[in-house]
Amino acid sequence: MSDELSHLHCGAGGGPVLPGRTVTAQMDLLKGLWRENPVLIQLLGLCPTLAVTNSVANSVVMAGATFFVLVGSSLLVSLLKRFVPNEVRITSYILIIATFVSVAEMGLQALVPEIHKALGAFVALIVVNCIILGRQEAFAGRNPVGRSVLDAVGMGIGFTIALLLMGSVREILGSGTFLGVSLFGPGFEPWVIMVLPPGGFFTLAFVLLTVAWARQRRAARAAAAGRDAAVARRAA
Amino acid sequence: MGDLAWIFFSSMVVNNFTLMLFLGLCPFLGVSGRLDTALRMGAADMFVLTMTAVAVWFLNAYVLAHVPYLRLIAFIIVIASLVQIVEMVIKKLSPVLFRELGIYLPLITTNCAVLALAIFQTNRGYGLLEGLVFAIGSGAGLTLALLLMASIRESLDLADIPDVARGTALVLFVAGGLSLAFMGFAGLLSSS
Amino acid sequence: MSVETHAPEPGPPAPPPDVAPARLLTVLGVGGAVAGTLLVLAFGLTLPRIEANRARALDAAVKEVLRAPARYDTLFVVNGALTKTAPPGADPKKLEQVYLGYGTDGRPVGFAVVAAEAGFQDVITLIFGYDARDRKLLGMKVLESKETPGLGDRIEKSEAFVAQFAGAVAPLVGVKGKRSKPGEVSMITGATISSRAVIRIINKALARLGPRLEAYREEGKGTP
Repeated sequence: MSDELSHLHCGAGGGPVLPGRTVTAQMDLLKGLWRENPVLIQLLGLCPTLAVTNSVANSVVMAGATFFVLVGSSLLVSLLKRFVPNEVRITSYILIIATFVSVAEMGLQALVPEIHKALGAFVALIVVNCIILGRQEAFAGRNPVGRSVLDAVGMGIGFTIALLLMGSVREILGSGTFLGVSLFGPGFEPWVIMVLPPGGFFTLAFVLLTVAWARQRRAARAAAAGRDAAVARRAA
Repeated sequence: MGDLAWIFFSSMVVNNFTLMLFLGLCPFLGVSGRLDTALRMGAADMFVLTMTAVAVWFLNAYVLAHVPYLRLIAFIIVIASLVQIVEMVIKKLSPVLFRELGIYLPLITTNCAVLALAIFQTNRGYGLLEGLVFAIGSGAGLTLALLLMASIRESLDLADIPDVARGTALVLFVAGGLSLAFMGFAGLLSSS
Repeated sequence: MSVETHAPEPGPPAPPPDVAPARLLTVLGVGGAVAGTLLVLAFGLTLPRIEANRARALDAAVKEVLRAPARYDTLFVVNGALTKTAPPGADPKKLEQVYLGYGTDGRPVGFAVVAAEAGFQDVITLIFGYDARDRKLLGMKVLESKETPGLGDRIEKSEAFVAQFAGAVAPLVGVKGKRSKPGEVSMITGATISSRAVIRIINKALARLGPRLEAYREEGKGTP
């Protein structure tokens, strides 16, 4: 079964985005923050990013739950990778992830029932969040425990950054509050659309647009610097 | 019967899985570039959704009543197995269909729409018929969203758009517009 | 460039030996058992808290719509009739429940009924307090709704709208302007469909249960 499942498109992550550089442990941690940010660069896990970011509180809890599942499953997958035959690799990943998600959901329901209700089915949907399965496939399943955990922590923080960004923009513009605290006073007419589905799409579109623009500028500057260096070398 | 009509139209347009509930976005962003692939993805989705609805009904009615904490694991394993079985059956029965549809099937396992269907069906306590109508309605909704997006994208390919905006950002802008339009369906079935 | 002579290319690597199905099953079996145990543990740990949360929320809602009764009884709707105890063998959580509140003097105050139906966007679930003798509502509280924020969600957020239900005479009639008769409810401008849904939900529940509630009172089962 797993042989066919292995071409799930979640596993498209593969190697590092910048091949050819030796990867240090520090990079394992930091790459998830920007360079290989799971949401903003790899474009994975977009369903929760759009669905639960209509308030900062929801975003924080969702990011926390995903972080817990991601780090826990990466740790376990990396620990157990020697005992799991290749054929049942994906099935066992799914089993591990589903167990962590079930535990997370029960925990949230017990500790923060209001937010759990607001998050709805999306806590359970962490199971099919491509970020998690993708990291097990691409990294934790073939790397030592320490590095896998660092990788997971980095990706988890990157996911949190993306969610917080979206959540802040949508809550501030859409409700005029931040974490429930009113920012602009009663006279402010909030852009309700921002906390509705279209607002989610538009916000993420603008965020990705900004990311693409930033990367394009960086690439252009690097190319220009490269050209200047080449010219200087030829002149010398 | 009025209830079934409500379930169908609610899942298809009023609470469209993709444009209003944000489910099934990965294939929506990846596969909606062309009309024929979009149609095939939608068909495959509908197929798997319907079978999942039946399987989930069976599980809820006979197996999971006493072990609610195993629900999630049971659902995801059933979905993954269903997709495998459907793929094998199609491969055997109709190689032509398999060639058209086959590569989209594995993508459906991680399509959050299918697992979401299982969860909603369970939470709302749908019976077999209601579950089936729900699955067909949401499948139709997913397909509708895919087709709309594909038609728009095919035209957009020829438009003069800055490179920075091309790609996922553009699709999300269009999706936002579609979502805005679909908000107009709210209140469609409310009896006064 | 010089051409090096290579040794003949080795053939394709031999396929890895097939893992015995027994081993696969053992791994999955053990994994499943461990996962199952973990889940049972987590379930056992969290279930009391989850149930307590649910009970507390319901308790608060019942007390709110019955205007702070001294205590209340849970009644079950079985075959359309109200009983104090669930029939043997039936799961009490699956039966529809109605709550009968009593004042400090021990006299019944009214019933709290939970009802749900499709609203504007999705299903609206609410609880309302009902005095079966005077056929008046005591209060209304929206428990769950996914109505449009800023418009439809005023059915739960607008204190003015919610306050109208206290003292309103059943059956309710929605009006667009100011209320003139005791059974009228002024609908929210810009959210008439959501308002109408709330009214419809209450009227339908009363049409279904009202006679039963009145019958329960008349038989004197309500008085101590």
